[in-house]
Amino acid sequence: MKRFARLYSAIDSTTSTNAKVSAMVEYFSEAAPADAAWAVYFLSGGRPKRLIPVRRVATWAMEASGVPEWLFDESYHAVGDLAETIALLLPVDEQGSGAVHADSYAPGSLSVWVEQRLLPLATMTEDAQRVAVLDAWRELAGTERYVWNKLITGSFRVGVSEQLVARALSRVNGVEEGVVAHRLSGHWTPTAANFSALVATDSADADLSRPFPFYLAYSLEGELESLGEPREWQAEWKWDGIRAQVIRRDGRTYVWSRGGELVTERFPELSEAAEHLPDGTVLDGEIMPWKGGIALPFAQLQRRIGRKKLGPKILADVPVVLVAYDLLELTGRDFRTEPLATRRMELARVVDGASLLSTFVLSPAVPLATWDDARAAHADSRAQRAEGLMLKRLDSEYGVGRRKGNWWKWKVQPFSIDAVMIYAQPGSGKRALLHTDYTFAVRDGDALVPFAKAYSGLTDAEIRTLDAWIRRHTVEKFGPVRQVEPVQVFELAFEGIQRSPRHKSGLAVRFPRIARWRTDKPASEADTIETLRQILEAAT
Amino acid sequence: MLRITECGLHCPAADLYIDPWLPVDRAVITHAHGDHARAGSRHYLASRESARVLRTRLGAEASIELADFGVPRDVGGVSITLIPAGHILGSAQVRLEHRGEVWVVSGDYKTEPDPTCSPFEPVRCHTFVTESTFGLPIYRWSAQEQTFADMRAWWRENAEHGRASLVYAYALGKAQRVLAGMLGAGIGPVYTHGAVERLTADYRASGIMLHDTTPVASLPKGTKYGGSLIVAPPSAAGSPWLRRFGDLSTAFASGWMQVRGARRRRALDRGFALSDHVDWPALMTAIDATGAVNVWVTHGYREQVVRYLNDRGLNARSIASQWEGENDQEPAVADEAEIA
Repeated sequence: MKRFARLYSAIDSTTSTNAKVSAMVEYFSEAAPADAAWAVYFLSGGRPKRLIPVRRVATWAMEASGVPEWLFDESYHAVGDLAETIALLLPVDEQGSGAVHADSYAPGSLSVWVEQRLLPLATMTEDAQRVAVLDAWRELAGTERYVWNKLITGSFRVGVSEQLVARALSRVNGVEEGVVAHRLSGHWTPTAANFSALVATDSADADLSRPFPFYLAYSLEGELESLGEPREWQAEWKWDGIRAQVIRRDGRTYVWSRGGELVTERFPELSEAAEHLPDGTVLDGEIMPWKGGIALPFAQLQRRIGRKKLGPKILADVPVVLVAYDLLELTGRDFRTEPLATRRMELARVVDGASLLSTFVLSPAVPLATWDDARAAHADSRAQRAEGLMLKRLDSEYGVGRRKGNWWKWKVQPFSIDAVMIYAQPGSGKRALLHTDYTFAVRDGDALVPFAKAYSGLTDAEIRTLDAWIRRHTVEKFGPVRQVEPVQVFELAFEGIQRSPRHKSGLAVRFPRIARWRTDKPASEADTIETLRQILEAAT
Repeated sequence: MLRITECGLHCPAADLYIDPWLPVDRAVITHAHGDHARAGSRHYLASRESARVLRTRLGAEASIELADFGVPRDVGGVSITLIPAGHILGSAQVRLEHRGEVWVVSGDYKTEPDPTCSPFEPVRCHTFVTESTFGLPIYRWSAQEQTFADMRAWWRENAEHGRASLVYAYALGKAQRVLAGMLGAGIGPVYTHGAVERLTADYRASGIMLHDTTPVASLPKGTKYGGSLIVAPPSAAGSPWLRRFGDLSTAFASGWMQVRGARRRRALDRGFALSDHVDWPALMTAIDATGAVNVWVTHGYREQVVRYLNDRGLNARSIASQWEGENDQEPAVADEAEIA
């Protein structure tokens, strides 16, 4: 328990991802499997079902600390966290072992505390719970008490994700991060045996789930004519979703995002459809929100991405498909060195064979007789809800990483608008000392309506200059957020726009970023909400 | 004996003010922090121990009379004595006795030992005027040896990774307490911000032993800061001054760091709950030790402390003042941040 509390402190006291991972690596290298299993469980967001009503815990804390209820409440207001308030109020014994920053000498590892002290609380009578909790408080000190309080009140949270836990475990045993992530997915139960299996170096399952490296395209540089004959090329829409590989091997399905995350459970439609794929198949494509045969805006997909549980409503509102680009493995054979034309023919066959559910869609080829056809299609991209065209040489193999020559992406120009900065706040991590997160508004009569936040796009020198300006021209402070004089105008670029009742402006833009600082433009000449509405009209 | 006026806490019999916030003829100063020692009054009375730091704060022109601790003087029939308050160098409680009635104004104080100033002495009185900066039971300081040990361990870990350690501490008092706490700890070079260095020199000139320091401003461009400890005022946070330090771990030494949220809001790597104010148990012990029946509670968690004391049968009153104690949002002092 002491080690786990130390791990908590180490993670909690840093904003650096690397430092968090190192702290976990250190813990997992030393912890017994039974303890490590519970650490994995809690760190990746697991919570035992409601153990005790929190108000009871608060009442016992008042009793134990001799603090009257009104003063307890005042303390809680000052702290803002119940588990921490209790830890700060509980009595300290003569040896000082209750002191907030002290170590305790309580024996018992994390698994002992969880299995013998924490989980049994759920089935105890109120009196027995009271005795158990007061005993635990007497035995624990400092951060351990705080962590214990977090566990019994079901509010244990610390800034790491399942993915970071997987990264740490992979560093401990040298098993690939993706493999650990896969082993961890689903209903993983925290037992010593399961932990050992999690970090086992035996790689049978690793090989089964492993995706191929994604082949990436460069942005088109010169004229289309420089590519040679149009008939040697295949044109497709450049879809704006989540690039992914769907793997069907040995009767199991794995869906990997390009970011290296195993996302099988987020897209049950894909798993279901993949059962109709022949064994030993790997598809490369784009996960797209798709309804009635057409793409939905990317923002719809975002509604799904963050959720751990997918209810029937969201599944019905935002169904997804895989728009299939390529076939990387066929009947267990690595197919990547075949020319694109061959791969595409086989891909069409595979998709067709699994098309009962229409969940796999062959990425349509755009007819390409002349380069002018490509230009016309490119101009039509937005209407297709695509962000441009892909051009792939028909005889190209499926390469590794980003290589020049065979695959090109040709994106449409982003939308752009001149907006006024109205709020600024410090960034995180290394940028915590500078104001790097800005909120922008457009004019609406005499008022300014916020519509976008943007973080990137300025040079370091510009960020410093702007930071100094922000500090001198703050109108009001709300915690870390500064309202600034509405003076500075920036050209914002963005990829898409849609209606959004959640935003004050009624609009949400996708991937906004700063294109340039319009020091030449006064705020009175910034764009208006009307301009945004016109872009919206044109885009839908 | 005392009343609150628009200028501050006034003693009509002696016609003097204690830590007035507007200029007055005659001011008694408990200690040199800006919210207690304000410039502009015609004449000041303060402890001899505070002479140098107070001079730095009030300027060369100020008329300051110095008094030894424990030596009473008569002002208009009121016997006035300065008693050590243990807050920072020269900090004093003001004891006023008039026709057999005794009042004590504590200013800011702590009861823990501190090698950089004379220790707090409890004084029996009828009415005690106390601060309440950390007047909630959540504020209980760990033993300072532990806090200093944590601070040294933090520095050591940073040094092992080639990082500089920067601790924010109030330029007057806390910074020097940190420097005293680092004495003999085998800490690498200790560098200071200009605002800290000036007052550190005053402390040394007053005979206080502190860790050796080198002002950052005196170092050549291109100095490597890895493995050093830098002491700077909180107002330096977020300023361009920090950019020279390269890989840096930041911490704040303040009682507010007791609460996790306060540390996280400031985006600090570490918080050390090291305070020059009494925590809750020490506040209660100090009040008890005065034997006072009447307690005036000033700056801090006034309402909460008053309610708690009244529930325990004392006659407590909440007094509005312009003192700030250990301000969480210390106003950015321009001259501190801009001294390179």
